[in-house]
Amino acid sequence: MKSALVALTLVLAFGVAAAAAQDAGQIKTSKGSAQIERSGQKLAATVGQVVQQGDVVITGADGSVGITFRDNSLVSIGPDSVLAIDRFVFDSTTHQGNFDASLKQGTLAVISGKLAKQSPDAMKVKTPAAILGVRGTEFVVRTGPAKD
Amino acid sequence: MSAPARRKTDPRPVRTRHLARLALLALILPAGCASRNDLYVLLPGKDGKTGALVVESEGKKQTLDTPYAAARVKNVGSVDGLQSSEADVKQEFGPALEAQPKRPVSFYLYFQRDTDEFAPESRALVNQIFAEIARRPAPEVSVIGHTDRVGSMQYNDALSLRRAERCREELIKLGIPKVRITVAGRGSREPEIPTPDQVPEPRNRRVEINVR
Repeated sequence: MKSALVALTLVLAFGVAAAAAQDAGQIKTSKGSAQIERSGQKLAATVGQVVQQGDVVITGADGSVGITFRDNSLVSIGPDSVLAIDRFVFDSTTHQGNFDASLKQGTLAVISGKLAKQSPDAMKVKTPAAILGVRGTEFVVRTGPAKD
Repeated sequence: MSAPARRKTDPRPVRTRHLARLALLALILPAGCASRNDLYVLLPGKDGKTGALVVESEGKKQTLDTPYAAARVKNVGSVDGLQSSEADVKQEFGPALEAQPKRPVSFYLYFQRDTDEFAPESRALVNQIFAEIARRPAPEVSVIGHTDRVGSMQYNDALSLRRAERCREELIKLGIPKVRITVAGRGSREPEIPTPDQVPEPRNRRVEINVR
């Protein structure tokens, strides 16, 4: 009975097709209001949704989203955040490529993956005020105008 | 103390004095008032190693390389270093940290010589791997087969792929949809234990199953 239940849960969870090779990553956690903007269209940022180069991930006041990228980078944003995936190129054999993302506003948490491990210049995170060079690491970012 | 005295004797019209004060402010704060509320914090790595993060704003740089080292950017072109803490980070970044996906995890299954039959102790691991896959949202499984250096390159490429496919079959039998699993064979290219050619090595006859 229990295994039947697990099997059913699996079927439900696996409803979405597996990521194709050109996909950058996949949404693993999603809370509250969260959307993906892709070439002018708005998609719900639900668990299992793929993320592609060029996507902009946007959360509302109660929202958050967590994405696992193909190189095993783990990237998540908190409420009222806007994150653009400017570039994602990853060769799974050589681990070479580029990962550029821009946090336009809000909060971001990153655990870098194989790209940053392979080359110290492979991963760049931009904010309106700064550029971050990622040397294989975990970090958090907050960006936005001063409130005063 | 000196300010009221100065004001009494300052012969300049009010407007000029006001402008002078503004000019002084502009000197102290190059971009006017504090315009950004940016904070960058390096976290300790889960493996005990802390990496490094270089924060650069218009040529000004700050390298963060110790746990909870932080940088604040109040104005573009200024980067101030400071020390943050676990508690501060929790407070400021709680929801983003809670949204982090589970870390990917790898399992290793070993095989009997020249076959796609599991080594006895590896057979039992399959159920454990299934359980790990089942408890993850939208799981992706990558299965990569390897061989030792006995046999030709071509033979080992095929054998490593057969081992990977064998693992995929076992996971499909347990209920994981095929579309969730990718397989690859790496032959003898990535030995766990480096050996000379044609040397049998049980630890190299393996499949890595990465779950994320």
